[in-house]
Amino acid sequence: MRDVHKTIEAVWKIESTRLIAAIARVTRDIGVAEELAQDALITALELWPEEGIPENPGAWLMTAAKRRAIDSLRRSRVLVQKHEEIARELQVQQQRLGEAMDQALNQVIDDDVLRLIFTACHPILAVEGRIALTLRLIGGLTTAEIARAFLVPEKTIGQRIFRAKKTISEAHVPFETPRGDELRRRVKSVLSVVYLIFNEGHTATSGEEWMRAALCDEALRLGRMLVQLLPGESEVHALLALMELNASRTAARRGSNGEAVLLPDQDRSLWNHAQIQRGMTSLEHAQRLGGEVKYYALQAAIAACHMRARTAEETDWERIVLLYDALMQTAPSPIVALNRAVALGMAQGPAAGLDAVDAIATPAADSALAGYHLLHGVRGDLLMKLGRFTEASEEIQRATKMTKNLREQQLLTEKLKQIEKAASSA
Amino acid sequence: MRFMMMVIPKGYESTAPDTVPGAEAAAKMMQYNKALQKAGVLLALDGLFPPSRGARISYTDGKATVTDGPFAEAKEVIGGYWIIQVHSREEAIEWAKRAPMSDNEVIEVRQIHEMLDFPEDVQKVAEGFEHRNAAVKSA
Repeated sequence: MRDVHKTIEAVWKIESTRLIAAIARVTRDIGVAEELAQDALITALELWPEEGIPENPGAWLMTAAKRRAIDSLRRSRVLVQKHEEIARELQVQQQRLGEAMDQALNQVIDDDVLRLIFTACHPILAVEGRIALTLRLIGGLTTAEIARAFLVPEKTIGQRIFRAKKTISEAHVPFETPRGDELRRRVKSVLSVVYLIFNEGHTATSGEEWMRAALCDEALRLGRMLVQLLPGESEVHALLALMELNASRTAARRGSNGEAVLLPDQDRSLWNHAQIQRGMTSLEHAQRLGGEVKYYALQAAIAACHMRARTAEETDWERIVLLYDALMQTAPSPIVALNRAVALGMAQGPAAGLDAVDAIATPAADSALAGYHLLHGVRGDLLMKLGRFTEASEEIQRATKMTKNLREQQLLTEKLKQIEKAASSA
Repeated sequence: MRFMMMVIPKGYESTAPDTVPGAEAAAKMMQYNKALQKAGVLLALDGLFPPSRGARISYTDGKATVTDGPFAEAKEVIGGYWIIQVHSREEAIEWAKRAPMSDNEVIEVRQIHEMLDFPEDVQKVAEGFEHRNAAVKSA
């Protein structure tokens, strides 16, 4: 049985972005545009269950939004309508608005959608605001859905969206596609929002399972959209590649008891190979555009190294070290350095890895990684491989105390058992 | 969720082997494909040659019998497909409704199994199954 509300929801998912983008072209205010689109949706929810879904639901919603826009123009002028002259002027304005809306709605151009994305991800907004607004305006997600995904009260998300719209409106952020250097900066902001959404779904341990999967899918969809809208930007292709490659391991990341399974221990036959291929194609595209040594391209290239190996032992760690070296040039951070140390440990042995870890943990860099359980986890692992079991178990215990994440704690406890076993048989 | 939208054009079962779509129909189709792509939902698509260029292999008593196309007895044959990633079955249906089909054509919408949809024992059997393709190996 088909549920008419679910159908309306589906129509909304398909049409809302273009609808809001088209209205915003006329109103120049995405907050107003979203309200008008929402009003149209409410009208649809009232009428469609009775009258059936219209032939062209997109056009229907557009027309409904136009009517609301003209109505609200009238209401804003109702007080002065007594004067005939003003009434005539209002009529002209209404007609003009109607025509502008018709024109915008008849041919939603890709630029409108792109402008909408750039506005929702504007650096003027707090990061949470950008995420919420992007999911709402471009993802077509409801406030309740966003709240469930991030495990926060619905009211919180509602406030974030409200505040974000208000900030944009008050700052008179123009509804436009930036150019030149500004474009580069703004693309970065858009990509980071999409990647944050992806990672929330991919790595977070809170939130409902299906909703997190939906976040991953939504981020992938946004990535594919952006590739169409900004085909010349290598990092757009690279981010899509990175997300496809990481998402391709989803089925293998969870054991039969719900426990986390780390990359080397994953059953590689559970990886989604069609998705890997899509990721590889996107990565090649990014590289062809000359973006090989950029931030997302390097991360995608590292992921690609893992995906290419038939077994964990076949992993080309030498190449991964080189890619991390390049990443340290492009975007140096203690986390990247730690990952590089792990790769080095695999490529050249645990002693080299431990040297690299200890080189990071100098007092100057210490602050960034202090209290970071992964540092101790990695150290513990390398010490175990070197047969220094007492130190190894101390490090793992330190790491266990530092993380509140249950799954991480499970993994560390497992590690501790391994160390004890290795120590007793040594 | 992934869905396959299969196009079942009436009469395709007996179409001549060298039939290709006309320019006008192709242009409309491209516009639709582009819309799927811009919405970020399109994963794959292909069009198939008429069944008169294909063959059917049927199995009886453990024996395979090959019949060359066209297939006189077939009522419905597939002309092509899209694979899309959407939030719901309803969304897949909505996309199918927007396809530029002519009278007598049918689109069948079917959800694609994901590995995690299978029971544990089936997943176990699939373990070790590799279908890496050349692109991945050579990349």
